[in-house]
Amino acid sequence: MEERRAEPHDGNTDGVSRRDFLRTIGVGTLEAAVLSAAPLPSEGAPAHTGDLVPLVLTVNGRRNALEVEPRWTLLYVLREKLGLTGAKPGCERGECGACTVLIDGKPRYSCLTLALEADGHEITTVEGLMQGEKLGQVQEAFVQEDAFQCGFCTPGQVISAEGLLRKTPHPGVAEIRHGMSGNLCRCGAYDHIVKAVQHASEIRK
Amino acid sequence: MVDHTPHDSAWAHVTGEAVYVDDIAVAGVPLVGYVFSSPHAHARIRSFDVRDARSIPGVYAVLGSQDIPGENQLGPVVKDEVCLASGEVECVGQAIFLIAAETEDLCREAAKRIIIDFEPLPAVVDLPAAMAGGMLLGAPRKIERGNAAAELLRAPHTLQGELHTGAQEHWYLETQVALSVPGEGEELLVYSSTQHPSETQALVADVLGIHRNDVVVEVRRLGGGFGGKETQANHPACWSALLARATRRPVKIRLFRDDDMSMTGKRHPYLIRYEAGFDAEGRLLAVTLELHADGGMATDLSFAILERAMLHVDNAYFIPDISVVGCVWKTHLPSNTAFRGFGGPQGMAVMETIIDRVARALRLDAAEVRRRNFYASPDRVTTHYGQVVEGDRLQTMFARLVASSGYGERRSAVREFNTTQEFRRRGLALTPVKFGISFTTTFLNQAGALVLIYADGTVLVNHGGVEMGQGLHTKIRSIAAAELGLPLARVRVNATNTSKIPNTSATAASSGADLNGMAVKRAIDTLKERIGPAMAQLFNERYEGELTRAEDLRWVRGAIIDSEHPERMMPFVQAMQAMHLRQIPLSAAGFFSTPGIGWDKVSGKGRPFLYYAFGMAVTEVEVDLLTGGHTILRTDILHDVGDSLHEGIDRGQIEGGFIQGAGWCTTEEILRDENGRLLTHAPDTYKIPTAGDIPPDFRVTFLDGVPNPLAVRNSKAVGEPPFMLALSVWLAIKDAICADAGGEPHFPIPATREVILNAIEELRQLTAEHARA
Repeated sequence: MEERRAEPHDGNTDGVSRRDFLRTIGVGTLEAAVLSAAPLPSEGAPAHTGDLVPLVLTVNGRRNALEVEPRWTLLYVLREKLGLTGAKPGCERGECGACTVLIDGKPRYSCLTLALEADGHEITTVEGLMQGEKLGQVQEAFVQEDAFQCGFCTPGQVISAEGLLRKTPHPGVAEIRHGMSGNLCRCGAYDHIVKAVQHASEIRK
Repeated sequence: MVDHTPHDSAWAHVTGEAVYVDDIAVAGVPLVGYVFSSPHAHARIRSFDVRDARSIPGVYAVLGSQDIPGENQLGPVVKDEVCLASGEVECVGQAIFLIAAETEDLCREAAKRIIIDFEPLPAVVDLPAAMAGGMLLGAPRKIERGNAAAELLRAPHTLQGELHTGAQEHWYLETQVALSVPGEGEELLVYSSTQHPSETQALVADVLGIHRNDVVVEVRRLGGGFGGKETQANHPACWSALLARATRRPVKIRLFRDDDMSMTGKRHPYLIRYEAGFDAEGRLLAVTLELHADGGMATDLSFAILERAMLHVDNAYFIPDISVVGCVWKTHLPSNTAFRGFGGPQGMAVMETIIDRVARALRLDAAEVRRRNFYASPDRVTTHYGQVVEGDRLQTMFARLVASSGYGERRSAVREFNTTQEFRRRGLALTPVKFGISFTTTFLNQAGALVLIYADGTVLVNHGGVEMGQGLHTKIRSIAAAELGLPLARVRVNATNTSKIPNTSATAASSGADLNGMAVKRAIDTLKERIGPAMAQLFNERYEGELTRAEDLRWVRGAIIDSEHPERMMPFVQAMQAMHLRQIPLSAAGFFSTPGIGWDKVSGKGRPFLYYAFGMAVTEVEVDLLTGGHTILRTDILHDVGDSLHEGIDRGQIEGGFIQGAGWCTTEEILRDENGRLLTHAPDTYKIPTAGDIPPDFRVTFLDGVPNPLAVRNSKAVGEPPFMLALSVWLAIKDAICADAGGEPHFPIPATREVILNAIEELRQLTAEHARA
């Protein structure tokens, strides 16, 4: 999230930051595609429904050998092929953030990332933040601060917070609001989410 | 009972383990269900052919209205909404065919191969056109007191105007979804994201032509509801049920976000005409109101919503003479539906705009004008429908909030800021909320529960309410644990299931905890009545001397204790084992119906509400005069939750309701083209609040020391009332742009940047005209 910067003031920064977020995602996925080692269908011959290519996907430290259609999104593969239903389909167009996962430690919208693009990269989903039987620090902070209501956006919020804190271990409030503005919460638990990120940052100190 | 324990599902939420309908694993891969819907707002279906679509390998079913074995009807109150269109379509997005296939791609391929010939018909796609065409959805309603028309003529001052309030998309993060799993014979299990499992069950049975005892609807949790899943979750449930029945396979329908936004109803847009008479002190003397709602293509809950709007036009104010007329109009749009506040926001918005205008006309501070108009003892306490409001609660809250928010000093500071800035203006507004708690359709105020105690001393609570993020299960669990004197860890709340609790009401009207909490308490009371004498007998067999009486037993600290002989104590686990051995039944049903309420819809009089929830907010905003953009600087809220059942949850409801309301008041704009197609059908064009939009200084306080004896454990409902506190954002923006102008701009809801800029320009012209004159 190199492009993500704190705004000088708090108000109405969301539009900008969401654009930034999307732009960053675009860059991220491009890198991923270039880095991809998976055999892609030969140029000029578009993949057809049902054409499968092999892929090894590293999710939460575990290597999964799969066969995927080149156009399948990472979100689809995580949920439907690997049974990891933490990441949620909220809008499936890279706006709401419910599908956020970490790719090499950076938050990415898995609905806008092809599974093939994630080849060779470390994917972390909310299921992978546990420390053994214990909650991870960000997860613990979300529990302590009641940072959810219906919970549907929560896995994405937790992952975004994790990504933000990995890059900026001690963000200010403006940085948190900015950094978390790519994740929508319709219940409006934002105040608690911001406090949870602050809390997690404190735990990490 | 103040409770700080974590949310019932906290662990599940942060680990991703929480199961929503789309996460449920069933044996075998469910077929994908897909809806082929109308591209026209109004058209006749001349002919169709689905044979080609059905011939695709992997496509299991393509169903039309002719394939429905039962009744082709989904209307929840009035039977005017078909399940699948036949002959005619009445809105863009209306379902015509259902497809089940192995994959989504096959569904889309099948949809492409459906041949259908439409004859477009004239479509009415906005409220003014519906009103001009006389397209009433039902008879108008009226509530009045005194003779407002006559008093308006006598009033020293009058004003009149029109207020438009916009639609609002629910934007639950989890779109509408249902998974139907066929069982033996007629059995069908439906996992649905519904706020109203019993109605979903009833409609599934009706559509399939089977009985309710064949259908089980189960709801673990919703990824948000906000009213949008009160009736309109029935549709995907019935559709998936039809496909499951036809294919004998599990079928899941999950609407894509854009389809969900295009196909489902919204908060009703209202056009409200008003005239108000007032005296020189700003006291309202008489008000006449005409409320016109855009109902969409079917009745749905429009009249209940209209009713609540009409019952809330007074908001917190005593109006001696008042006349309220309400109409619902039919348009060729998806049927508008319940949304948090349920008409309350529209009703209150018009009264707040009237008070705001009165204050500006008299050059008085709007907060002071509000105070002067509040309900107050002894003679200004009766609403226009005849229910009495608690004497001076509003005055008390006003005094506290004005002091705690520093309203007076900040008013001066805002004035100072505005005289020194060229392109920025600040505004301040205090708005109250008085919200009636109960379903206005009186019989709905009932709930059931089933409490099971197992012989290992653990407790499983079933009740009819649905968990949709409002923390209902957490509150219910706390209530059950407190009533049984157990730690929370021993109590679990089950998924809501129609085979456990029959004939429930929707989880709506902020009533979930009030009704279901009482039903759970009643079930536990029954268990205690059974267990008490058996435990007394047990103690009397073991201890010599004075006898233990059942009424002296206390259920505290994980044990049952004789309060007169504290040494006679048995831990809960052992006690339940003993009761099991003594053949005492350890499960009980509980039922609750709200006593003493009821009202006459025809005369518009009675006591529709058990009690009122009160709140008050002060919001300060800054507006950029060049862009029309605004920023909330600070919000102070004082809210009356009685004795809070759970502070964290109640605070979350207040903050979240306020933020959702702020979205409705400012950025959330629904736009359609002239053919009735939704233009704002995704989050890139429809703007709900984000983390950057919350007040950076957000102070939420509970009014303390006000137990509410009318609800479970002296609490008060909190789901909807805070939504309307956001009217303070709307009016603070108006206060800012009117700071140095004479005149009243058009200022609808939502006050988007465009609205704000237009208002600024309108005021500039009005000021220029004044200067010339």
